[in-house]
Amino acid sequence: MNQSLNVLLFGITRDIAGKSVVPCALSGNATVSDLLDYLKQEYPPMAGISSLLVAVNGEYAEPATRLAANDEIAIIPPVSGG
Amino acid sequence: MTTTLLPIELKRYQKHLNLPEIGQEGQIKLKNSKVLIVGAGGLGCPVLLYLTAAGVGNIGIVDHDVVDISNLQRQVLYTTNEIGKHKAKSAVAHLQKLNPELTFDAYTVALEYSNARAIIEEYDIVVDCTDNFKVRYLINDICVSLGKPFVYGAIHRFEGQIAVFNAVLDPEKGQRGPTYRCLFPELPGEIEIPNCSDTGVLGVLPGVIGTYQASEVIKLITGIGEPLKEHLVMLDLLNVSTQKIKVKRRADAEEQARQGLQHRQQVAVKTNEPSKISVQELANRLMNNEEVFLLDVRERPEYELCHIDGAVLIPVSMIPNNLKRIPADRPVVVYCHHGIRSANVIDYLFAQTGRTNLYNLTGGIHAWATEIEPEMATY
Repeated sequence: MNQSLNVLLFGITRDIAGKSVVPCALSGNATVSDLLDYLKQEYPPMAGISSLLVAVNGEYAEPATRLAANDEIAIIPPVSGG
Repeated sequence: MTTTLLPIELKRYQKHLNLPEIGQEGQIKLKNSKVLIVGAGGLGCPVLLYLTAAGVGNIGIVDHDVVDISNLQRQVLYTTNEIGKHKAKSAVAHLQKLNPELTFDAYTVALEYSNARAIIEEYDIVVDCTDNFKVRYLINDICVSLGKPFVYGAIHRFEGQIAVFNAVLDPEKGQRGPTYRCLFPELPGEIEIPNCSDTGVLGVLPGVIGTYQASEVIKLITGIGEPLKEHLVMLDLLNVSTQKIKVKRRADAEEQARQGLQHRQQVAVKTNEPSKISVQELANRLMNNEEVFLLDVRERPEYELCHIDGAVLIPVSMIPNNLKRIPADRPVVVYCHHGIRSANVIDYLFAQTGRTNLYNLTGGIHAWATEIEPEMATY
């Protein structure tokens, strides 16, 4: 079964996508790593960012973490400004 | 170490003393503490103002930069007549007036591998208010190796991040919280993620994020509340939303920091400082019709406002896709507004191509306009 997840974007990823929330169509048993692959395919400039933190339900998520339909997912890139 | 407050301090800190959570005991802890602020820019200004007002006894400020008119939109410590003066020294002059009882040390150098350990060693807590990844990772790696906590803040357009890294979680077990590398293991290339000199930033944003950092420092020193030792907070001013993300320390946090420092040591041995060229020397070379490729890496509106005759515009973000346009057979002089973005581009080009025909124009187009072409527009 496929699922559509709403993903919150921050920093440069938000600038790349041009919006702060993007719907992502993924398979039912998709992982964090699948989500990143999907985003990099949809928005190629994201592939150039070496570290992207993914948070699921308010916690740092490992690449193998499975995603479910109601998860709150955030993509957090490093930010350099000061 | 002091164990008492002077009568004048009892008056100055009355509103802290009235808080049972702080009281005399907390105020004495603040008085005895040593805090280093790295970067006296947008984030550094509010951190410095509030820690000075709060009575942090010893405050160190590292910043090699001078005040520029474009800083004044958000760097609220400085005044228009201080343009061109060292930020660290101007900051101390203001802060001493605010609180003459405190000790300030101004370091008008860039924090780098060769000096970071000696400077940081002197302090209990570091506040990361820098504007580039290189120094952020350096602060992380040195603090992890010295066992010091650091309070992190970073800004992008309308949003900011705050966290406390490498802080003691359980004093009995000596357990520490996550580090910056636990969130973002690898140092990103400087041109991968734009900084505020490229993208712009809402002036009030560093004020908000910096005051959060100051608050975290005070909580760490006095031991009150719950500092962000295991959380990253993201704050978006446009819709006033916050996200609080729980982060764990990775088992290899120390090893990553150690490798980071080892790598810097090797690089320091292998490569020289990037080549520089002064505006005067460039002017001489151009006058002698020497073949030089002038590369302007600013954004298009900046280029349209002013540029050096014959310069080719490739904004920082476009560099990776335009490597072929940069010649290898003659000197390439790279410039931006003040010489920071161009230095990053040279680092990137060196890493990607190993080119050694790259020269950074010292002081950027601003220096060129001041010294060579006074009729040129400045900004």
